[in-house]
Amino acid sequence: MVMSESVVRPTVATPTLTAGEESAPVGGADVFTVRDLNVYYGDLRAVADVNLDVRERQITAFIGPSGCGKSTVLRCFNRMNDLIDIARVEGTVLYHDIDLYDAQVDPVAVRRRIGMVFQKPNPFPKSIYENVAYGPKVAGQKGNLDEVVERSLRSAGLWEEVKDRLDSSALGMSGGQQQRLCIARAIAVNPDVLLMDEPCSALDPIATGRIEELMKEIQNEYTIVIVTHNMQQAARVSDRTAFFTAELDESTGQRRGKLVELDDTGTIFANPADERTEAYVTGRFG
Amino acid sequence: MTAPSPSTRTRTVDLDALRARRGADVPGQLFFGLLVLAVVVAFAMVGSVFWSVVDGASDIVTERFWDFLSSPSSSDPGKAGVAQGIRGSLLIALIVMMTFPIGVAAAIYLEEYAEDTWAARLIQVTVRNLAGVPSIVYGLLGLAVFVQALRGITGGSTVISGGITIAILVLPVVVITSGEAVRAVPGSLREGAYGLGATKWEVIRTQIFPAALPGILTGTVLAVGRALGEAAPLLVIGAVAFYTTGNNDFLEQMQGAFTALPMNIANFAKEPAESWRGHAATASLVLLILVFVVNLGAIVARARISKKLGN
Repeated sequence: MVMSESVVRPTVATPTLTAGEESAPVGGADVFTVRDLNVYYGDLRAVADVNLDVRERQITAFIGPSGCGKSTVLRCFNRMNDLIDIARVEGTVLYHDIDLYDAQVDPVAVRRRIGMVFQKPNPFPKSIYENVAYGPKVAGQKGNLDEVVERSLRSAGLWEEVKDRLDSSALGMSGGQQQRLCIARAIAVNPDVLLMDEPCSALDPIATGRIEELMKEIQNEYTIVIVTHNMQQAARVSDRTAFFTAELDESTGQRRGKLVELDDTGTIFANPADERTEAYVTGRFG
Repeated sequence: MTAPSPSTRTRTVDLDALRARRGADVPGQLFFGLLVLAVVVAFAMVGSVFWSVVDGASDIVTERFWDFLSSPSSSDPGKAGVAQGIRGSLLIALIVMMTFPIGVAAAIYLEEYAEDTWAARLIQVTVRNLAGVPSIVYGLLGLAVFVQALRGITGGSTVISGGITIAILVLPVVVITSGEAVRAVPGSLREGAYGLGATKWEVIRTQIFPAALPGILTGTVLAVGRALGEAAPLLVIGAVAFYTTGNNDFLEQMQGAFTALPMNIANFAKEPAESWRGHAATASLVLLILVFVVNLGAIVARARISKKLGN
């Protein structure tokens, strides 16, 4: 193996999303700064006037009842809403200090830095190895990817279980293993941020526990934003928690998602500022 | 035994109430019988067709099958064969298969790239309607465009004109089945690939196309099967019963008179004399074998791809 070709994880990710020479300051406290975010699906205003910050190398949890827009906000962070024809985003989503919705920003470059893990495990119908190697390959990494694959699978706590069957199909794994594979696949491209959209909702409690442990293990390296329906999960893993709710817009009669508050997780669960948050976290509503 | 009246709440379990009752589900059983009957009728029809072909072909198959396969047609029933028809049908199939990439590309464009505008919808509807246009109409199109207007390129009533006409005839089938295969690729696969920073082209090349390929192959098999069996457009275009010129030179074959297996069958069947009895059936058997071989090839390819994809 040629040593000079081995891939070393940079200690600090340098965001260079635009084609130009524009470069961003690095290591700021806020990874995402959201200002006056409104997301529309056609005529429906799904998310209204959201302002929040996501801090670097922390786990931020989004909680709230169904239809409160938390997944929609999450999907603004890596421009996944672009894939929905009728979705329209207004307002500012700053990543470090680059506006992700600037015309010069390439969503493909965004997604290489801001990885995503989905609600249902969605491994590709390929081998375990090919699943992990997929991201590095489309990012243009040539040559032997064994090392990247091994390191990613180790980070996802999956290496010992699968090292002897890297060439077998990923579809033959259990649901929990598949989801950890999806995490390995996401971190193989060396992202700055991991977005997790209800990553445990299709998993049993034991597999859920493993994913939560894994999140704790990797949180020193990645900024993680997790959407969850499970309040205990938010309480267990996150540093800060944002509570969203759906409220009726009286002028249109439609329900739209709003951010109620974002604070340290301990505060949100013990002493929230807003009574709606308190009602939700104590189980009186939602 | 008396059934408890609905108003009475009873905690004792009445075993008779749970016992299977005969004749309780008469409509369901009638429907099941109808289904069995339909299956039997369908098999009987296919079986009788197959049997009549095999029965009619048995004499020639046992006496001179190889000679039948390798001889051109002739006015002498003892010498007549389907070599020219096989050659023509294979060339037509080849031309048809060369147009499959166009059909698959059109399907991918319509499913993945085209915005949902009235124009795109019009094209979708038109493609579906084209799939239902009678084949003889395509024959007229072929006659006007490829035989006459483009005579300089196609050489007139040649296998090139016939092949392109039939390719256009089956193209809508390819577009529709490929489009359905592309649409059936789960959205989670796309999201997964996009989420890792793949470009649209990479998502299509590495995920959507491989996942849709088995379905696309199914569509192309249907298309080739139909292409091999079509006679009506070839009649209009001017395929002949048999020809005497042009033997081994490939260019001459492409630019001269041509025939195909369905033409052979039609011409054999028209002969009134007793000595021609088995020819149409034997030619039909050859056509069936040809279609079967093509299908088998695609099924094997499909199975291999599915296995490779780990499904």
